[in-house]
Amino acid sequence: MVGKEQEEIEKELSKEYVALTYADYEVGLKGGKLLGLKCAACGGITCHPMPVCQWCSDRHLEKVELSGDGEVTTFTVIRVASEGFEDDVPYIPCLVKTKEGPCVIGRLDMAVESATQEVIGTQVKLDGISTYNGDKFFSGEHVCPVFKIVG
Amino acid sequence: MRDVAIIGVGHTKFGRASKTSLELFSEASLQAMDDAGVVGADIEALFQGAALPGFEEGQVMPAAFSAAELNLGPIPATRYEGACASASVAIRDAAMWVSSGECDMVLAGGVEKALTMGTAFATRTFAMSCHTPTEGAVGLTFPGVFAMAARQYAKGYDMPLDSLREKMAHVSIKNHRHGALNPLAQFYKKIGNLKVEDVVNSMMVADPLTLMDCCPFSDGAAALVLCPAEDAKKYTDDPVYVLGTGQGSGSALSKMEDLTKPVSRIQSAKVAFKRARLEPKDIGILELHDCFTIAELIALECLGFFEWGKAAEATAQGETDLGGKIPTNMSGGLIGKGHPIGATGASQVYWMVKQMRGEAAKGNQIDPVPEYGMTDTLGGDFGTLCHIILGRTKK
Repeated sequence: MVGKEQEEIEKELSKEYVALTYADYEVGLKGGKLLGLKCAACGGITCHPMPVCQWCSDRHLEKVELSGDGEVTTFTVIRVASEGFEDDVPYIPCLVKTKEGPCVIGRLDMAVESATQEVIGTQVKLDGISTYNGDKFFSGEHVCPVFKIVG
Repeated sequence: MRDVAIIGVGHTKFGRASKTSLELFSEASLQAMDDAGVVGADIEALFQGAALPGFEEGQVMPAAFSAAELNLGPIPATRYEGACASASVAIRDAAMWVSSGECDMVLAGGVEKALTMGTAFATRTFAMSCHTPTEGAVGLTFPGVFAMAARQYAKGYDMPLDSLREKMAHVSIKNHRHGALNPLAQFYKKIGNLKVEDVVNSMMVADPLTLMDCCPFSDGAAALVLCPAEDAKKYTDDPVYVLGTGQGSGSALSKMEDLTKPVSRIQSAKVAFKRARLEPKDIGILELHDCFTIAELIALECLGFFEWGKAAEATAQGETDLGGKIPTNMSGGLIGKGHPIGATGASQVYWMVKQMRGEAAKGNQIDPVPEYGMTDTLGGDFGTLCHIILGRTKK
């Protein structure tokens, strides 16, 4: 008789491929923590979480907390928002290279008048979250990290 | 694998369209079939770029209905989605199907009705080709992405931001000048005489990009008929050959090493040049993805036409205009001609074919006609890249 026992199929399905889900990453941010994954093979840190190491593709990953410290690599001041973000204007998306290595995207909390080219290269620290209430295409509440210039 | 030729091209007027997407695509397709001298019964498969039809008209699966509207019969008809590069990846796969021997004649192109959506909703749907988990809650927009790239460009090459903005303005000035000369362009006979101050002083969208640094939202369609190169002369005296193609994929923005050097584009272009057995110095004309002024500069460098950090000054010096080192976007590009995203790659190929036939509008046509040309199309924030190298002769 060909065919496979249901229990065997269920057992195969129970294998977990994701060490840190995106939902848990967002829960971390809400608690003031920037979570990532440390690779057992290369030691590199992956953030945002992925099923494999962002540096070497290895799958032996362990959840870790990042310091939240980093450096601004670029930013912009958005004046024309997409639907759902009109009330936030003006706001400052930024890319931050964390002390641990990976780059993360978030928002910069500072006066827009001071957001000049010199901001690139400055040291920042995780300082809360920005919450988006979602829309019919991206349902539920979602958050991103907010950074503040240090000193 | 067989060599592939383009034997017919079609292109609707870009801008605001009252016709449906199916009608727009039909119009471009029938023009292309008439141009090739073929009929519906000759077409064996359809490859259609369409990025956001579900949001524009509540229509998914537009490719099947496009084949049906033209009575092409129950042939394979597939929608390709690679955001703004949708049509280019459709054309690339169409060429593969012909090359493989699976089909002897196919229709490929794209269609979009983005202007119909209005600015706020269009911006929302365009932003869907950002990496939603990380970039969604940030409220990132496409102008925002390229504004961040512009700041990184200025920083990386130690250039005052205002100086870069003035040089970027020359991209808008050039592309609007050529768009104003193109009867199919959204801005035909409009904005053809911009000055640097007009660009830098227009409404700020995402600092440092102003409205005049941005391409518009547009409706429109473009289509091509492809067949094996060995059959091409039966249909036309001026076939244009697909000499090489490349395609690349990117990542979430935060996983990119440098926004001014997207690996997806560099890799895709490299493959296209290798397949075509050509180098940048062989290429006589470019149609590239100037969704924003800075995007044209980044593309020129990634494709190898200028050294890193040199495209801004070269553009300001006219090296990318008619008579310059590498005429770029003589159709007006996305900025002057319009950007119906799912159709853009097909429009780029259309204008390349027109240039090679000497049929581009006066003031935009290269003289003598270019021997080899290249298109560059970008989807999302460097998520999908596609390159197509075309020539008047087979290599």
